[in-house]
Amino acid sequence: MMLDKFFVSLGNRVMSFLYFCGGLANLAGQTVYLVFKPPYKWERIIEQSKKAGFDSFPIVSMVALFIGFIFALQTAYFMQRIGSEIYIASMVALSIVRELGPVITALVVAGRVGASITAELGSMQVTEQIDALETLATNPIKYLVVPRFLAVSLMLPLLTVYANAIGILGSYLICVLKLGISSTMYMTVTFESIFFKDLFTGLFKSWIFGMVIALVSCYEGFNVKGGAEGVGKATTNSVVISFIMIIAADCLFTALFYFILP
Amino acid sequence: MIEIKDVRKKFNDHLVLDSLSLNIQTGSTCVIIGRSGCGKSVLLKHIVGLLNPDSGRVLVDGKQVSALSERELNFLRSKVSMVFQAGALFDSMTVAENVGFSLIEHTHIGQKELLERVEESLCLVGLCGVGNLMPSELSGGMKKRVALARAICIKPEVILYDEPTTGVDPITADSINNLILSLHDKLKVTSVVVTHDMKSAYQVADRIAMMYNGKIIFEGTASEIQESKDAVVHQFINGLSKGPITETIDNFRY
Ligand SMILES: Nc1ncnc2c1ncn2[C@@H]1O[C@H](COP(=O)(O)OP(=O)(O)OP(=O)(O)O)[C@@H](O)[C@H]1O
Ligand SMILES: [Mg+2]
Repeated sequence: MMLDKFFVSLGNRVMSFLYFCGGLANLAGQTVYLVFKPPYKWERIIEQSKKAGFDSFPIVSMVALFIGFIFALQTAYFMQRIGSEIYIASMVALSIVRELGPVITALVVAGRVGASITAELGSMQVTEQIDALETLATNPIKYLVVPRFLAVSLMLPLLTVYANAIGILGSYLICVLKLGISSTMYMTVTFESIFFKDLFTGLFKSWIFGMVIALVSCYEGFNVKGGAEGVGKATTNSVVISFIMIIAADCLFTALFYFILP
Repeated sequence: MIEIKDVRKKFNDHLVLDSLSLNIQTGSTCVIIGRSGCGKSVLLKHIVGLLNPDSGRVLVDGKQVSALSERELNFLRSKVSMVFQAGALFDSMTVAENVGFSLIEHTHIGQKELLERVEESLCLVGLCGVGNLMPSELSGGMKKRVALARAICIKPEVILYDEPTTGVDPITADSINNLILSLHDKLKVTSVVVTHDMKSAYQVADRIAMMYNGKIIFEGTASEIQESKDAVVHQFINGLSKGPITETIDNFRY
């Protein structure tokens, strides 16, 4: 009896997972197709870019600065033991550019922008505004998803570049003002340790994360069922699923780059 | 002409439309009545292709709605407009942007002509000069009328009204009925009106169809329905709490 129930619920979960993957892939396909199909409405893309990108600068600045502080201090703990404080600069630079910058920025944007996209589209769904769009001969994916998809996937790499710079600045402040490393020394080591490849893989990942966030949050918004409660559930799901998919994609691409770009 | 042939629609295990058939002549006004939850809104959504039937066909001007390509469907939707039960106004846009949505998105008319068309539609529903408000600043009845203005702004050939007079005051309700009548008389618009309001039904209808248990159980003119001998029809149009429709509920209760 117990075992029966277990397998039924496991089966249901697997089915709904597959259903989700199918739906997301379908949305992704249609979105990419519609991105290239005219007419192009720049105003809506710019409006969404402002919401997703520009308005995220304050929180990204704060998070990146603190990450820089923390990371410098944590690295200093070990580097001081082995007497090579100067390598804090390269440690921090590489970790931030390759890994922390893209992932932390993506998580912040998933929580801030992804959640708001799901809540907005979800309430449009429950008040039949999405049906109304269709009856007005307007494709909801072209009208609602495409601008958000472009905005988030283009703004996230930009925000990441900015977060990288702020993170390194945070670590610079700690090292130069507190640990007594010379300013020129710090800058030289930092720039010597970052190769183009490090920046590229980081930004490529953040582009992927941006697409994941936009698609997951739009998909969850479109599939809201059951009023205000449904919108709440979908918003939670959208953030949780984005987090999981960002970490999974990060793992996949980090491994891939490790082997193909040694 | 709108032809609905043997349409069945199931949601999960709940059969909402059960081999429903109905014909609506071009240029006529057909009123659909039926109890709350019997599937009237679902039926309207089949006519604009928001929902597709599980089996059966919906034909508008001889073309099967569920088989249209996206381009053909958009063409159909430029001729058929729908007024949603709760308005479904876009709450991120002003009233004027809502009303002019189709014109802004799909035509290249100038700013001046656009504003004129929008204001004209708003005045037709008795809301001159509210164009700059946001939908959240309107009352429920006003939202409904803005939705009506949005539907007539594209000068459609067919308008589907989902309870246009529910939740508005009696005077506004009468002017909405007059609007439906004048669109019918002057512009030969085909109208499908879902309503619970029998007074408005008698006023605007060329023909009245009653839905019950997923089927059309009666179709005829206003005087025919008033003389109908069918007990279900009789109970509904006279609004009686005792009769065959509520019998099952009563049996369940006692
Ligand atoms: N998208 C949907 N998913 C599942 N069930 C639905 C859906 N849409 C409608 N239904 C069901 O179909 C039935 C008919 O709904 P509909 O909205 O057409 O009723 P109605 O006749 O318009 O009622 P009212 O007069 O209250 O507006 C209801 O029982 C509802 O639960
Ligand atoms: Mg309804």
